[in-house]
This record gives sequence, structure tokens and C-alpha cells, in this order.
Amino acid sequence: MKLELRGITKRFGPLVANDAISLTVEPGEIHCLLGENGAGKSTLMNVLYGLYPADDGEVLLDGEVQHFKSPGDAMRAGIGMVHQHFMLIPVFTVAENVILGHEQTKPGGRLDLGAARQQVREISQRFGFDLDPDALIESLPVGVQQRVEIIKALSRDAKVLIFDEPTAVLTPQETEDLMRIMRQLRDQGAAIVFITHKLQEVRDVADRITVIRLGKVVGEALPTASNAELASMMVGRAVALEVEKGPSHPTDAALVVSGLRVADPHDQIVVRDVSFTVHGGEVLAIAGVQGNGQTELTQALVGLQPKVTGSITLDGDELVGRSVRQVLDAGVGYVPEDRSSDGLVGGFTIAENLMLDRSSGGPFVKAGSLQLKVLGDFAQQKVQEFDIRALGSSEFAGQLSGGNQQKVVLARELSRDLKLLVAAQPTRGLDVGSIEFVHKRIIAARDAGIPVVVVSTELDEVTQLADRVAVMFRGAIVGIVPADTPRETLGLMMAGEMPGGVKAA
Amino acid sequence: MTATAAAPGPAQVEMPKDPSRGRQIIRDILGGSVVISILAVVVGLVVGAILIAVTDPGVQAASGYFFDRPGATFAALGDSVGGAYSSLFQGAIYDFGRPDFLSGIAPLMNTLDLATPLILGGLGLALGFRIGLFNIGGQGQTLVGGAVAGWVAWSFPLPFPWGLILSIVAGIVGGAVAGGVVGLLKARTGASEVIVTIMLNYIVFYFISLLLRTPGALQAAGTINPKSPSPPDSARVPDLFGAQFSVTWMFVIAIAATVFFWWLMSRSSLGFKFRAVGENPAAARTAGIGVDSMYIWGMVLSGALVGLVGVNQVLAFTVGGFGSGFDAGIGFNAITVALLGRSRPLGVFLAGLLFGALNSGGYVMQAANDIPIDIVLVVQSIVVLFIAAPPLVRVLFGLPRPGTAPRRRAKAPKAVEAE
Repeated sequence: MKLELRGITKRFGPLVANDAISLTVEPGEIHCLLGENGAGKSTLMNVLYGLYPADDGEVLLDGEVQHFKSPGDAMRAGIGMVHQHFMLIPVFTVAENVILGHEQTKPGGRLDLGAARQQVREISQRFGFDLDPDALIESLPVGVQQRVEIIKALSRDAKVLIFDEPTAVLTPQETEDLMRIMRQLRDQGAAIVFITHKLQEVRDVADRITVIRLGKVVGEALPTASNAELASMMVGRAVALEVEKGPSHPTDAALVVSGLRVADPHDQIVVRDVSFTVHGGEVLAIAGVQGNGQTELTQALVGLQPKVTGSITLDGDELVGRSVRQVLDAGVGYVPEDRSSDGLVGGFTIAENLMLDRSSGGPFVKAGSLQLKVLGDFAQQKVQEFDIRALGSSEFAGQLSGGNQQKVVLARELSRDLKLLVAAQPTRGLDVGSIEFVHKRIIAARDAGIPVVVVSTELDEVTQLADRVAVMFRGAIVGIVPADTPRETLGLMMAGEMPGGVKAA
Repeated sequence: MTATAAAPGPAQVEMPKDPSRGRQIIRDILGGSVVISILAVVVGLVVGAILIAVTDPGVQAASGYFFDRPGATFAALGDSVGGAYSSLFQGAIYDFGRPDFLSGIAPLMNTLDLATPLILGGLGLALGFRIGLFNIGGQGQTLVGGAVAGWVAWSFPLPFPWGLILSIVAGIVGGAVAGGVVGLLKARTGASEVIVTIMLNYIVFYFISLLLRTPGALQAAGTINPKSPSPPDSARVPDLFGAQFSVTWMFVIAIAATVFFWWLMSRSSLGFKFRAVGENPAAARTAGIGVDSMYIWGMVLSGALVGLVGVNQVLAFTVGGFGSGFDAGIGFNAITVALLGRSRPLGVFLAGLLFGALNSGGYVMQAANDIPIDIVLVVQSIVVLFIAAPPLVRVLFGLPRPGTAPRRRAKAPKAVEAE
């Protein structure tokens, strides 16, 4: 089925999210929609999927104009979507999830689960999925859950498949598998729209590439285009994809973690016997697939985890058992992985957010009273220094773009006298331009002699920032290796294997 | 686009850190605009007018021959509604029927007197709301504060003003303890402050009823009625403008409390932490703010302000001793006041004045026009209903949906980037 979008325009108030976008996806091709966060990719797909009405333009399938009023209409017309955030019910089985929304019934209103199981088996066989229709969703790994989403779409005879940022939650190996499945689907004649902002994936799998910036199509490209070409199309200017950094000059061991164990509220061990050392002036990157204990490890470093045993010392001072306040006062800067929930107060102004972790003593509080003048001057200075794009320091943080929010967090943390910087997923969800900025700042902190711990699930980021890489799997460190370790090796380590012959660092 | 499409990254897959629905509801209500508050009052008054009209015997009679003389129906309508609201005004602000200005202004003074406890209680509850604590315990904290203040007043008869000052302080402390217990329970055990405060209302009410029936406790000597002794005159709050007006110095304390609230929330370090916890407890915790201790101190201060309501009731409003119902429902009306005032100091102050005026005028309306004072309650309740359901007001008045404005502003930084 051939999908055609003609002059789709979607406005939200004065904001034009999609400005006369036209796009054609032929059957049997993988069409990549490449663009930064906020470029309008998801809006476009939501228009196509019947979630938003378009202000202008039309959607055509095989040359016929369609009028989708809801996702149900779109599904019936043969459009399937694999959402970035899975739309699955964890306590239901695979088969139950697949028929959810178009349940077939036997006489008397009884659910026809048998037919659903059969359908799941058929489709899994066709693509070599190896899926048990009776497995509970919550017991399945993320990559497999995604296959359930794909089966869901295929079971409704989708001829046009939309993948919305599907690789965000996958390991490199799972990503490889997904690419293989996408190619297979294409070869069977499906028209595939693949939305992403990761350049490497685009080049791996795309047949054609359409780049969107600020709601407009800025051009088409072929998969043979270089990363730099694609990036500059996305951002509208040349971007340094590689972080410029000189060799590190490590000094004495500053952060020493030994035998660290963290238990979650249900007393499950989520970080097991982790030990590592970070020297002043070096970046230790902690790599791993989301959910292998990195979150808990970073939280333990700043005192946010209640059940911690083992030892964390910073310049010889024990940090385990101290409150968050005391850890921050000991000179630890912390960039939390979820900035909107943990890093910022959305209803506070930029200025107020800049004093969030210095709300008790100087320089912003004197005798229990806020020093608004001092804070105002400070905020103005930081807005300039960190290039925070806002109407002013009194704009609410919740109204900033992700990149600018992260700059506020960085500005706050880097303005204190740091003895350690812990940055968790520092560029998650950021556009290429902001990533460049954040990376520069992190390297600048390193070059100032501060020990830095960066936690990231993005291998690109890990290899670019790190001086050494620690890979975590199921709560333990698989190994600590040099930054120039091949990606394939790191990928294997992320799956829990320590390949022979890898030298430790 | 950021405002509409889901932001990428698996961060959003995780459940929200604080799934408390109550907090979200509070935030939605407080996030409403001033316009919504004003429109809610307008709708309340209009609905009140309709109720007055349909229950008025004159209008009912005239509507019987509506098609013969429609003018008569409208005249009757005008008479009943106009008369009622005119009485309301004259009972609340200025009585044109009185001979001179001083006696004409008496209704306004009465309004201020009735507004005083509503402002104090509204501020106390608003303080909790700003921290994300839905304190429903206005009644219980009022009762504790008042009972303690009264007991200190007659147990330690000091000369004026020391007896009064001691009693007021005692009332504040009583309310603070009553609130602090809730904060402690929430911080230490994670108990819901909503449930705890509601249940404490009952516990306190019946406990004080018991003490009022126990000789040697709160019961006045030589009586079998559940009533306390009368606080000595040296511990009574003096009238602000002499005996001809009912307003007392408690109104000045209410003004001072409003200013204190403003300073605390906008200018102090503690208030900053309160607001941070109220807006986003996860971020506050990550920034090293002791969320639990903020809950405790927040409830202490919230209870202290509500304790002043008890002081007002026992040492200023009630003549003689008090019975178990001296809170007079103010603990609950204060919730309305805090919500209508969107938990901002000036807003709460104005909302308290409005409700004081409605109450003051309602009595006159009842006496002069034979309209039940329940109409005033209906008006108040409708105001709350509309504040709690902003979409309803928006639909009625065709206002834009929220979110359009933020979207517009979210665009602004984008435009800068595009240059």
C-alpha cells in the first residue's frame, strides 16, 4: 500500500508544528523520518494515525483520500503504529494484548482466545519471533515486548507500519534484531516509516531519508550520506559530532566505591558488589542497557537510596549513610537522569531552579530570607553563560525545551565548588545542538580536574565522553575497559558476556 | 511540538514518582486563573438569583398569568432578586436605612468580623495546599486551638494584656500541635494527611465534647450543661473600633497573618522549600531538601494559623463560655476560601472578605426578604463546585483551554533558536 501525505499542516495556536509537509512512502521501502526532538516528526505521525486532525492537507492511501477521525479508522485502513512507549497491558498475556481493541468473540460473548493464540503463533513463525502467546507481558524483556507491538499491528493487516523512535529502549543487539525484522517486513511489501534521530540507524536501514526541521521538510537524502551531512541537515548548521577532547590527566583517586550493594524497597538486590575508582580529571562512563542498576547506583552515590551497604568515599570521606544534603555539601554535583521529574521544579522560574539545591545557606539565603537581588544577578549571568534560550530568568522552567532545561540543571550543578560530578543520561532526549553543548561542559569539568561519572545507555555517548568504561549488567559491573574498546565488545558486555582477550582498564 | 507530542526517552515509561492523585487535583485547582475564580463567583450569584426567583411566591403567582401579562412576571422577578441582593448588600457593606454614616457602616464591620476566622483558616489551609498537603483538619485544629486558648485564659488569670497574649500563644501552639501530629504521621508512616485530618476532626470533636461534660476538665463549675466557663475579660480580644462595631483586633491579626504568609512563601528560605516540595517533591528531595521535615513543619504552621481561628471563636466571637460546636463549620468553609483564593495570600484575604460579606448579608436577607440563608450556602457551594471544575466555567464562558497559553510561550525560545 502506498502512503502519501500532501501538504499536511498542523498548528497549535501560533506554533506551526507541521508546515505543509509532503511525503510519499512506497510499498516495500523503509522511509526514514529524521529530525531533532521537537522538529514535528511525532506530530506528523499522530496526524497520520488519526490522533490529531490536520489543519490543512490530506492523507492518501493508494491514491485515495482518507479522513481518519481516530486511530481506529487508521487501523482499519491498514496503518499500524509501534509506539515509542509500549501500549501494552503488563498483566495480560501476549495473545490478550494482541486482540485488545478488536476482540473476537464466540457465541455468548465469550472471548475467542484460541484464535488469538493461533494468530500470534502464525505471525511469530513467519518472522521467526519465537513468542509464547501465553506469556505475561511483564515477564518479557523490552525487546520482546516490542515484537508484541509489531505483531499487534500485523494482526490487523497493517500494510503501512510506523515505528516511532523504536530503538530508544533496546540494546545494540536488540536493535540489530529489530532492523532485521524491519527489512523482512519491507521485503514482504510493507511500507515502513521509521522515525528516529539516531544517524547510524538511519544509514543502516533506510531506503530513503526525509529530514524535517522546525516543522518543515528540509530535504531528502540517501543512506549513503555521511553522518555529518545528515546532522547538519537536521540542525541547520555544521555540528561537531565528535567531542573535542584532549587526553585526560588523571590525578589521585578521588571517588572510591567498594563493595557497594543497593536493595530496592522490596529488598531485591539491584546493585551487587560494585567497586570502582574515579580519579580527578577523568571521565568514567557507566554503560549498560536501561534498568541494569545504573539508576540505583547513581542514586546511591548522592544518598537518594535508603538501603545501601558497602563504602563510597570521596577524597577519603565516607558518603554512605549521609543525607542528600550532606552529600551535596561534600561537593557532589548531580545531574539526574529524569530532569523533568527529579532535576527541576517545572512551576519554578529558571532563577528559582538555579538555587534549588542551595536553598538553606549562602549565597542566596541570609538569615532565613531569600536574597532575590543576588539570585536575580546570578541567574542572569548563568542564562548568558550557559546560553539558556528563554525570555528571561523569570520564565518557568517547565516551559523550556528539553535542551534548555538540561542547561539549567548543568548551570546549577556546575556553579558550585565541585569535587565530583555525577551525570546520569545527560543528553537523553536532547537535540544534536544541545548534546554538543552538554558534552563540552562535561569535558570542561573534567579538564578542570573534577572526577566525572557519566551514566549513559547510548554507546555513542559513552565512547565519546569516557576515558574508561564500566559496563553494568543485572546490577553488577561486567568489566571496566578502555574507551577505545570496540563497540561490538561493549555490546556483548552489555548483554552480560565478558569476551576473552579484552583488557581491563 | 514539544508541548504536544510525547517527549522521547524511556523516562516517561516509568511510573510517576508520586502517584498521589490528590496532589494533582490540588495543583489543577490552584493552577486555575483569577478569571476562573471571579467567574465562579459570578455564576454562583446568578444561580443564587435563579433560586431566589423560582422560590419567591410573588414570582410564582405572576408566572401563572405569564402569557397575559409577561411584564408582571418580570417585575416580580426584578422585585424578588433585586430586593434580595439589595438586602445582601445592605447587610454586608452599607445600610442606607440607617441615619448616619457610623451606623450605616456597621454591616461592613460585621462582614470584617465574620471574615476574620475565614481568612485565618483559609491561610492555614492554603499553606498546606502550597506544600501539597490537603489539610481537611480545619475543624479539629480550630477546636484544639480554641479549647487550649480558653482553658489557659481562665486557668491563668493574668492582667490585660498578658492574659490575652498568653491565651493567644497557647491557642497557636494548640493548633500547631494538632497539625504537627498529622505531619509527623505522614512523614514517618506515609499516612495520607487527608484521611488522618478527617478522622482527627471526629476524635477532637468528641474528645472536647467529653471534656465539656467532665467536671474539672473544660466544664464550667456548678453546671450540668456541656459548656465551658467564660474566659475572664482580661483575656478577651478587645473591639477594634469600640463596642458599636463587632470587629475585633483579631482582624488586625488576620491582616498580619496575611502579610506573614506572603513573606514566608515569597521571601523566606523555608517558604521556598515548602513550594519546592509542593510543586515537585522528587526534585526537592534530589536537591537535598528534607521533604519529610517540610511536611512536618508545614503542618505545624498550617495548624498554628488554624489555631488562631479557635482563638477568635473562643476569645472574640463567642459571648461567655463555649460549647463543643464553636468551630461553626469554619474549618470547612476555610477550605473553600483557600481554594477560591488559589492559596495566594491576597486571594485568600479577598475570598475571606467575600464569604464574610455573604454571611453577614445573608442574615439580613433572611430577615428582610424572608429568603432562607441557605441560599447563601448554595451560592458558596456553587462557587466551590466551579472552582473545582474549571472546564465547566470554561465551557460556560467559552474560555480557551489551558495549555494554549504555555504552548504559545513554549514557542518563544524556539523562535530564538531559529534565528
